[in-house]
Amino acid sequence: MTTAALATKVARPRTRAWTVFGWFAFLFLIASQATAIAISPPDRDMGDLQKIMYVHVPSAWMTMLAPLTVLVFALRYLWKRREQDDLLAASAAEVATTFAGLTLMLGMIWARPTWGVWWTWDARLTSTLVLFLILAGYLALRALVDDRERRAQWSAAVGILGAINVPIVYMSVRWWRTIHQMQSSPATVDPAYVLGLRLNAFAFLFVMVFFIHRRYEAAMIERAAEHAAEAAALGGSST
Amino acid sequence: MALRDEWRRARAIAWKDLTTERRSKAGFNSVVVLAVTILVLFGFALGPDTQAIRNAAAGEIWLSALFAGVLAFNRSFQLELDGGALDALILYPGARRAIFAGKLLGNFAFVALMLTIVIAVGVVLFQVRVPAEWPSLLAILFLGCVGLVTLGTFYAAMASRSRAREVLLPLLLFPMLVPVLLAAMEGTKALLGGDIMGDAGAWARLLAAFDVVFLVATLLAFEFVIEV
Amino acid sequence: MQASPGEVVGLLGANGTGKSTLLRVLATLLRPQAGSARVCGHDVVRAPGEVRSLVGYLAHAPGLYDDLTARENLLFAASMLERDQREIDPVLERVGLLEAASEPVRGFSSGMQRRLSIGRLLLVRPRLLLLDEPYSNLDAGGVALMNGLITGWVNDGAAAVIVLHELAPAAEVLDRTVTIVQGRIAASERVPDRAAILPVLATG
Repeated sequence: MTTAALATKVARPRTRAWTVFGWFAFLFLIASQATAIAISPPDRDMGDLQKIMYVHVPSAWMTMLAPLTVLVFALRYLWKRREQDDLLAASAAEVATTFAGLTLMLGMIWARPTWGVWWTWDARLTSTLVLFLILAGYLALRALVDDRERRAQWSAAVGILGAINVPIVYMSVRWWRTIHQMQSSPATVDPAYVLGLRLNAFAFLFVMVFFIHRRYEAAMIERAAEHAAEAAALGGSST
Repeated sequence: MALRDEWRRARAIAWKDLTTERRSKAGFNSVVVLAVTILVLFGFALGPDTQAIRNAAAGEIWLSALFAGVLAFNRSFQLELDGGALDALILYPGARRAIFAGKLLGNFAFVALMLTIVIAVGVVLFQVRVPAEWPSLLAILFLGCVGLVTLGTFYAAMASRSRAREVLLPLLLFPMLVPVLLAAMEGTKALLGGDIMGDAGAWARLLAAFDVVFLVATLLAFEFVIEV
Repeated sequence: MQASPGEVVGLLGANGTGKSTLLRVLATLLRPQAGSARVCGHDVVRAPGEVRSLVGYLAHAPGLYDDLTARENLLFAASMLERDQREIDPVLERVGLLEAASEPVRGFSSGMQRRLSIGRLLLVRPRLLLLDEPYSNLDAGGVALMNGLITGWVNDGAAAVIVLHELAPAAEVLDRTVTIVQGRIAASERVPDRAAILPVLATG
């Protein structure tokens, strides 16, 4: 499509619907947090510290969901070779990195008062750290490759392999911990907390989808500007 | 048969890489010396208490092999870039997989030989007793080497052609290698310690599964990496 | 722009105007951002495999392995191209490298390296020759060799597109010249009579 059409398509039509969705997502998040904090009783051992679970756990779930998104878009890019899929994959990866970082920080904030240390080599926290590093590698690759097509294809390959590795990393780290019979953080969730968790899981999902889309929109606008500059340089319409 | 042709091309590429490596002796020798240096540095880091160093022997050996190995992986593609030979390589007929397989074979021979030397030196430096089940140890070394070389070659195909290649390869490779390294180090550690719990077998099986997954994935993904 | 079988087209233009880029697109090493290219009816983007089996690309860089001997370089090429090993020595002789065949390429002069690269092309047997400044680093004997080879290929029905820095060395084989200015074709002229051109170049 011509540059003019691309720019218009990107900049306006669906933005209004997504803005509404954005507001909904954030309001839903606030409501879910409030509900969860209000209805859940303090934990026997952790007291009110338990409430951090309502941001930490959904954040962790999003951290695992986002690479799946990257995988899907990366595969689609290699299949159809549309720029949009590459930008979607990259946006999902950026958001995934943010959620991974958030999960890690919340995990550390929870660990400090509970165990007195900032970091334990807990299976899930460690796996999240490895995942964070894998994602950071993906972003570094994108930053260091200038050629657009090369960047897209390499990102797709790296993204797919990274996504495949996510379950493998979690499994091997967990095995590593069990072999050495180290204690891990409580895995079972008291039924009293389940509703709060579920609500917030959905809230985080909506927020994540919104973030990915906004990031994608920004990337598309950037791309449209690049196309325009190229077309001007070539001295004519670009088709 | 097409597969036989692919295999022949892969062997030709491996032959070319290894012949070049043999002639420019500087390469292999330097990498081995580097690996040994890293072993020594580990000794300084964890010692002088020999017990501490010996307990960490498995980790020390594999990490030395890893750090020295990344140099080998980038070298393998640098060979194609120096004289502009990569263009010619891409233009030859046949599946791209054959190029990857050839590079893999060459790198595997290189790293396997280096790893053997590192183990020998490690056993001496860290006063490790060679276990009775040394064939099992060899199996773990082999499987770990396969995983290391598979992912190393794959990411080097990209890193060697981008900016900041020295940092990009480890940055991409090391986190991805966590499962392989964990399994290899744990299996090695178990065997060096007499494998009382019988864990080594489980780690070996896990390592073999990882190798299969990564081999298949990289073979399939390579054409997207080399073609652009 | 078109090149027919048996035709030799020279690409002229200042540095950086896109001549080498055009060659790389035809060789399927680069994807065009706009427009299309076909080689013997095959689209370079949609059917790169077929195009590759038809083209012979001589890059500016030698594309050789420095630590291998001349013969080993061709041995490798023959393995990859599924050519018989017995074709190698005749090729070495044709490009005048038979005596130096067992020496590592590292010690070769740039002229000798260029000859070896051309020798590799003989093994490729292309239908379309894509030569990027093939005469650079060649002495008079090398130029004569190159022109002889081009004539041979062309007589077999191949076409050739040659990126040129200067017209003189290629004058006797050229059929047409295309001049590129800032990425666009500015002129396309037939080289009418080679005998007529040469005196002009000798004085100019």
